Amino acid sequence: PEMLDNEDHLLENHPRELTQNPLKKIWMPHKNSHIGHRRVCMTNCPTLIVTVGLPARGKTYISKKLTRYLNWIGVPTKEFNVGDYRRECLKIYKSFEFFRPDNEEGVKIRRQCAMSALNDVRQYLSVEGGQVAVFDATNTTRDRRGTIMKFAEQNGFKVFFVESVCEDPEVIAQNIVQVKLGNPDYMNCSSEEAIEDFMERIKCYETSYQPLDEDLDSDVSYIKIMDVGRRYLVNRVVDHIQSRIVYYLMNIHITPRSIYLCRHGESDLNIKGRIGGDSGLSSRGKEFAKRLRSFLEEQKIKDLKIWTSQMKRTIQTAECLGVPYEQWKSLNEIDAGVCEEMMYEEIQEHFPLEFALRDQDKYRYRYPKGESYEDLVQRLEPVIMELERQENVLVICHQAVMRCLLAYFLDKTSHELPYLKCPLHTVLKLTPVAYGCKVESVYLGVESVNTHRDRPENVNVQRSTEDALQTVPAHL
Amino acid sequence: MAAIHKKPCTASKSSTESKRTDLKSNEKKGSWAYYMTNSPLLIVMIGLPARGKTYMSKKLTRYLNWIGVPTKVFNLGVYRREAVQSYKSYDFFRHDNEEAMKIRKQCALVALQDVKTYLSEEGGQIAVFDATNTTRERRTLIVNFAQENSFKVFFVESVCDDPEVIAENIMEVKVSSPDYPERDRESVMEDFLKRIECYKVTYQPLDPDKHDMNLSFIKVINVGRRFLVNKVQDSIQSKIVYYLMNIHVHSHSIYLCRHGESLHNLEGRLGGDSGLSERGKKFAVELKAFVKEHNLSDLKVWTSQLKRTIQTAEELGVPYEQWKILNEIDAGMCEEMTYAMIEEKYPEEFAMRDQDKYHYRYPGGESYQDLVQRLEPVIMELERQGNVLVICHQAVMRCLLAYFLDKGADDLPYMKCPLHTVLKLTPVAYGCKVEMFDLKVEAVNTHRDRPLVSIKVKTPPPMFRRNSFDPLSTKDQIKRPRMYSMGNFSPPPTLPPPAFASTRISEGIESVQREVSVQLI
Repeated sequence: PEMLDNEDHLLENHPRELTQNPLKKIWMPHKNSHIGHRRVCMTNCPTLIVTVGLPARGKTYISKKLTRYLNWIGVPTKEFNVGDYRRECLKIYKSFEFFRPDNEEGVKIRRQCAMSALNDVRQYLSVEGGQVAVFDATNTTRDRRGTIMKFAEQNGFKVFFVESVCEDPEVIAQNIVQVKLGNPDYMNCSSEEAIEDFMERIKCYETSYQPLDEDLDSDVSYIKIMDVGRRYLVNRVVDHIQSRIVYYLMNIHITPRSIYLCRHGESDLNIKGRIGGDSGLSSRGKEFAKRLRSFLEEQKIKDLKIWTSQMKRTIQTAECLGVPYEQWKSLNEIDAGVCEEMMYEEIQEHFPLEFALRDQDKYRYRYPKGESYEDLVQRLEPVIMELERQENVLVICHQAVMRCLLAYFLDKTSHELPYLKCPLHTVLKLTPVAYGCKVESVYLGVESVNTHRDRPENVNVQRSTEDALQTVPAHL
Repeated sequence: MAAIHKKPCTASKSSTESKRTDLKSNEKKGSWAYYMTNSPLLIVMIGLPARGKTYMSKKLTRYLNWIGVPTKVFNLGVYRREAVQSYKSYDFFRHDNEEAMKIRKQCALVALQDVKTYLSEEGGQIAVFDATNTTRERRTLIVNFAQENSFKVFFVESVCDDPEVIAENIMEVKVSSPDYPERDRESVMEDFLKRIECYKVTYQPLDPDKHDMNLSFIKVINVGRRFLVNKVQDSIQSKIVYYLMNIHVHSHSIYLCRHGESLHNLEGRLGGDSGLSERGKKFAVELKAFVKEHNLSDLKVWTSQLKRTIQTAEELGVPYEQWKILNEIDAGMCEEMTYAMIEEKYPEEFAMRDQDKYHYRYPGGESYQDLVQRLEPVIMELERQGNVLVICHQAVMRCLLAYFLDKGADDLPYMKCPLHTVLKLTPVAYGCKVEMFDLKVEAVNTHRDRPLVSIKVKTPPPMFRRNSFDPLSTKDQIKRPRMYSMGNFSPPPTLPPPAFASTRISEGIESVQREVSVQLI
């Protein structure tokens, strides 16, 4: 037998040597390959989610919300709204006549738009690395759905249908008022004209509508949402991502409510410019808690639930409110590991490499023996799920945690998330509206230190101390 | 906010009852488990015999208890067997058998009484009423009962028309039922099928469109191929639905083992992120052979994100997946110390841990209870999967094992999970078969037994901890849940820990009850 040289010999007889990725602190073999290092690998092949339903049944609402959620938990997702393609193509919308089933020209254009959208779907899932595409259109005929399933099969995508069925005239009317009136299609109409036209539009679809059927579609994977979540029919969920999607869809609702996010009052460690730890409130922090109580009393919020973390400073803040509250360990601040209770200046002094890496990719950077923003998001997912179920909630949390929650509600990317501004002593009121979220920022007038550190210009590991500390906020 | 005092008290029935009503009327919440439920929940199973009701009841109960929601199954068959000492034949179940019908109804009422006691007085939060409940009449009775007692109701109906599934069911669990002591398979099958026919005559499935449209329920159709979910009222019902939608009945095996012996293990140090020792590496090699030998199709391999589990998996030469949530319990300030060092440096912490190992949270670290919460997505995914090998850590493995083997908070932290041993878990009938494979590579023993001496605490000690409050949730099934978080309300009187102390009997050795007052800073 040949004499293998040293290195080969080693590879033959020993498992691969591991190195720890300096940014994420993940252990990987030298010649990295097949491992999935995040959570469970959600999908083997990409998934195509297809909405089904008459107009004004909440398909776009669901599409956008689902897309936002999946992206937040780290599954690259994109929605493709066929209406947008049609608007691109048609430029000017005249009336509902376009949607009449006997309008040959209209039918042709609509079919082309659907094809064009599917092409983009293919591009996104097969070429651009997307994992989930949401195909948002009425898809009300079995024929159209058949075409889509064929397309998916040819490209190796799994298909999951999300059908929304609703006959409640009030819900439909509200839908139309909330999202259709502001739609580009109805820019130049009065409200009454728009509503009338839209109702006619719905009628165009009604005659040919073939809802997903228990028997005829028994082999298809789908969820049928009835009456805005009063009832669900779930058929043939085949994998993890579909299971998560079903769980999410079953937890969301459209009852009007507001979510209030704020941080604990200023803490003793905040004043000293130190991160993490478990200190109590400073006197200004206590003042904030009092003001918070007045603010809540003024707002007269119905059935407000209050959540805190299990760290002293949020609990002390909640204590001043004089009402019951619930503690969640998952709301605890990001664990800074070996850097806990340090000032940025100290981190730069003792761990300049770590400090630079963090600036290079703040979202993925994991503190040694601590967490990353990415870890935080995973930790906060059950909180988001419960927030979706709830109505009025006040969450008293921490800077990094609040950034993650805010990013979910405001659909911020992982680049933006770690730099969202969440100052102390400021309450953010989030109210879902149309397809998004209205934000009101209320500063309660109690001074505090600034704990926000912007990304410095120089993120190079060789940078000077001065460059590294360029953006550190002032402290004692 | 230095200390929390928990006043001990003797709880008399009436005071706990009025407390419950008080709590209900004030709707106060505090515990993590409690955010999920306001009032107690009565889960009612529905379905013809051999539709998997008991299977789902037991599994669901196991899951709910594991995540910290005190749950108990009330199986009507058990009550019936009590009442009618010997079962003769399916004739008992004929709907025109008046005498039998009387007895069966009586049993139902007795069972419901026990449900009431469990939920109203014994601190239970969820009761699972496992019976056919196939008529509207019976279900109305139950709904009225629940309303009278302010319990929420959630129905779980199992509908199945696949004769193969039903036959398999009967073979797996009915043949060995106490009703059929002779166990002659053919006659059991025959009698049981006739029994099912008796129920079919009067079976009124849930009708979501009209009669039952206001009830909260899930209809499980053909073993999970399809589900109909109606009017979910709250988070715990949502979680129950999610769980039922993720479980399956295909046979599969789950293999649990720890990483190979690590350098820290050799030194007796906790936690950390050290690599494998020589013997640990040897174990990894043996594990590779083991996996090959067992010839598992599509085996998935999961590790934590700590070096020692990854090094172990590397040896297997197959793709594996890293989960941060499989990381070992965070020992906070005690990380990388030996037990001797901890005892010396933090004697109070050390003592507290021995008092209540499940709830004890390391300063700046985690408790077993935190671990369970952290591991929940792993369990959910294990339920979805087929064959999986999980290479993890001692505390983590204990939590996962406790889920599969239905071990409570008292036993969990003392389960034996030695190094270099693989546990194979295979679901069988209503439980789990465990096979232990010692891969015959020597390793240190990292197991610390329950303390021999049960430390009966005279007064619950004030607890001062840097980074936490005692996580608020029930300790075990018969204790009352703590309903308040820290607030302007005085914590409700908690039961003194006699049950707690009495279960502290370590395997077969007499415990010496001593009163020790624990000094804390």
